[in-house]
Amino acid sequence: MVMRFLKRAYVFLIFAFLYAPILVLIVFSFNESKSRAKWEGFTLKWYYELFQDRHIMSALYYTLLIAVLSSIIATIIGIIASLGIYQMRKVPQGLVLNLNYIPILNPDIVTGISLMVLFIFMKMNLGFATMLLAHITFNIPYVILSILPKLKQMNKHLYEAALDLGATPAEAFWKVILPEIMPGVITGFLLAFTLSLDDFVISFFTTGSGVSNLSIVIFGMARRGISPKINALSTLMFVSVLTLLIIVNIRMSKDNPERRVKSERSKENGRYLPDLGHDI
Amino acid sequence: MKRQWLAAPYIVWMIIFIVVPMLLILFYSFTEQTEYGIRLTLDHFRRFIDPIYINVLLRSLLLALACTVICLLLGYPMAAILASREYSRKKIMYMLIVLPMWMNFLLRTYAWLTLLERNGVINSALSMLGLPSLDILYTNEAVVLGMVYNFLPFMILPIYSVLSKIDQSVIEAAQDLGGDNFTVFRRVVFPLSLPGVISGITMVFMPAVTTFVISRLLGGGQFTLIGNLIEQQFLSSGDWGFGSALSVIMMLFILASMGIMNKYEQENGGALW
Amino acid sequence: MKEARKMAAIFLILVMIFSLAACGGGGGGQKVSTTINVFNWGDYIDESVLTDFEKEYGIKVNYDYFATNEEMYVKLKSGGTDYDVLFPSDYMIARLIKEDMLHKLDFNNIPNIEHIDDRFKNLDYDPNNEYSVPYMWGTVGIAYNTTMVDEPVDSWNILWDPKYEGNILMMDSQRDSIAVALKKLGYSLNSRNEAELEQAKEELIKQKPLVLSYVGDEVKDKMIGGEAALAVVYSGEVIAIRWENPDIAYSIPKEGSNLWFDAMVIPKTSQNKEAAEKFIDFMTRPEIAVRNAEYVGYSIPNTTAIEMLDEELRNDEVAYPDLDSLDNCEVFEDVSDVIEVYNRIWDQVKAAH
Repeated sequence: MVMRFLKRAYVFLIFAFLYAPILVLIVFSFNESKSRAKWEGFTLKWYYELFQDRHIMSALYYTLLIAVLSSIIATIIGIIASLGIYQMRKVPQGLVLNLNYIPILNPDIVTGISLMVLFIFMKMNLGFATMLLAHITFNIPYVILSILPKLKQMNKHLYEAALDLGATPAEAFWKVILPEIMPGVITGFLLAFTLSLDDFVISFFTTGSGVSNLSIVIFGMARRGISPKINALSTLMFVSVLTLLIIVNIRMSKDNPERRVKSERSKENGRYLPDLGHDI
Repeated sequence: MKRQWLAAPYIVWMIIFIVVPMLLILFYSFTEQTEYGIRLTLDHFRRFIDPIYINVLLRSLLLALACTVICLLLGYPMAAILASREYSRKKIMYMLIVLPMWMNFLLRTYAWLTLLERNGVINSALSMLGLPSLDILYTNEAVVLGMVYNFLPFMILPIYSVLSKIDQSVIEAAQDLGGDNFTVFRRVVFPLSLPGVISGITMVFMPAVTTFVISRLLGGGQFTLIGNLIEQQFLSSGDWGFGSALSVIMMLFILASMGIMNKYEQENGGALW
Repeated sequence: MKEARKMAAIFLILVMIFSLAACGGGGGGQKVSTTINVFNWGDYIDESVLTDFEKEYGIKVNYDYFATNEEMYVKLKSGGTDYDVLFPSDYMIARLIKEDMLHKLDFNNIPNIEHIDDRFKNLDYDPNNEYSVPYMWGTVGIAYNTTMVDEPVDSWNILWDPKYEGNILMMDSQRDSIAVALKKLGYSLNSRNEAELEQAKEELIKQKPLVLSYVGDEVKDKMIGGEAALAVVYSGEVIAIRWENPDIAYSIPKEGSNLWFDAMVIPKTSQNKEAAEKFIDFMTRPEIAVRNAEYVGYSIPNTTAIEMLDEELRNDEVAYPDLDSLDNCEVFEDVSDVIEVYNRIWDQVKAAH
């Protein structure tokens, strides 16, 4: 009985630790006063100011645009590359896969700096294009690692059977292979999308000329002190994440929850691999 | 169906965006620009062997280690409780642990910035209760706290995942054979959960040792971690040579620790996931 | 499978709605042909001015900010940027001119230069006034919270007083912080003497345990919130801080300090020199200068605009001191010939523990 209580208390404390800071942010986003510790009445003005802020709005635009473009492009390149890698002989395949692991294993700061050095070396202007290229580069490996296991699970003879039955290679790809690997493609796409949405370090080093994503703007604002506008932004982001998670959860309730972790562990600093074996 | 050439575009991509950048970093770390052109040098690495810089590296390792140990001590019991049978709403609990990770990690770090200020929420609450104030913003403690907050779920989840897969009958068998709770844990449960623990350690230690954001925001404008030193070289001093050398050193450390982890993993029975 | 596809579809639609919303909100709707990239200090402009400029000239402004002159210089020097207008300080302008990184300005496009006080023209960093148009100016001194500091503040030594342990904010800027130590020791803040600089380093390392943090723009927020007792600041910050917290006072230590000027220049990376000149002219227009001054608090060198300023601000001793009273203040000179010593010292101060 005591044990049971202790356990509950412990779980409660850990959750309090995880959520209290976020709750404080949310509560103070409605605080009239700019001062952080005193409550001086309810207001929505920080939300209003948030939407008036040209940096935040343009950053939101670039964040979403880059996430959409980079994940779509990475998915397309990833599908094609996976088909090729899958059919490679063992030794070159191992080599390619090892190269593919570099962006996943490398510390973000090193990836970011090395890409920045590359872009400057190639005399490219840092900005939207370079940030997009960087995002595609760190996204593709995750897409490939999500698709390859699906290809390996697929019955090798399916494709040949389709050809024997008179399908052109293109038809065979669209009608036979793609549907087989689709779960992997979607996992990879979603993974790429979330990674891109959340990236700070690599974007920070590879962008310029007034193009920022939300993370960069938040970093800039946090370096200038406390701003209730960030609190308002946190609240909105928390609510959208919560809604998204609930929707995903309801839609996929029959699904094994563990997969989430695997995509999760690739989030923060991308130092670990997405799970390869699970379906969406 | 031999269509390996489909991989060709990506191979070209990898060479341009993965291999060449790495080579450039290596190149800058071993060369220096002089009036007579570019020459090979070890100066950048030699410069690192200054107690001041070595101290930064040691501090990075130490703080990351502290963070990992705290995460393990806090996270293991949590994972064990969640994995135990008596908890029915596992799924919700699980989501509750995952949810904060979906928040932008800069926002999570920023939250502590506001909490820890001298006149911040924590200190106001403490003073209301008549307790002494907590003055840790811009210290190593604050950096470790920020790391633990950001990375704790990465420790809980893999351990939870391994623990919840342990066959209950194994534990019951051990109990039937007369093991008390502690012995069962020490001899059966913990060894079985080791893969999760190692996975958790890797997932916490690596990002902790390479971060520069948490230390920048919560550690103040000093070089708490090696990441801050690297950032300074590229963004403020403009010393690409030294910055590249530091990056190479950091990569070596990451490779070495991954090697150790992998070896450990293999000795302890293979794949974690 | 079908589930997955449906999910993806819903997801994509959501994303598109978001993007559209962002476009609409971001003011990206306007059709503009030219864009200029402006690189300024953080919190150094009334941003509504940018919108007005865009409306009036049909030129889009990409606005980006830096925290220190060094950061700006490295960005510019490493390449990969195409900035059109920069706002560096005196010594950095001298360095940029020396390294041939700036365009000469065509003052036919900047008629508003006539509003600039002659005392701010032809200064040492740009002796013939060919490259720069002054934007704001000020001094460096100590801002202190009068509820936390009882004694008179008239010397840099107070920043080394153990009484204020954990209550001191220094600048996260190498020239400014090293200058404080040099002045404390009685040396010139343009010292090229390695022994003097080493001494300054020792002073800063000795001071470090007392320092709460090395800060940039957050100094304002910290002082307003009463998070520290003493801070090394640019004079303009004090004005903005006092708007929110009247307990803050400012002092220029008797050992002397730094008198600085920030000016607008056009780097050679600029693709649109004429548009950039229009922007500089716009910023020098008295009504605009007033808006900026009343928003950020810093002092403007624009005679016509000063007369239009709010009286309280115009008469503020901190913002508009008698220039003659600043005899013991030095202006930074370019020390790029010994910049490696400065870089090394600053690295070591920040890495010390």
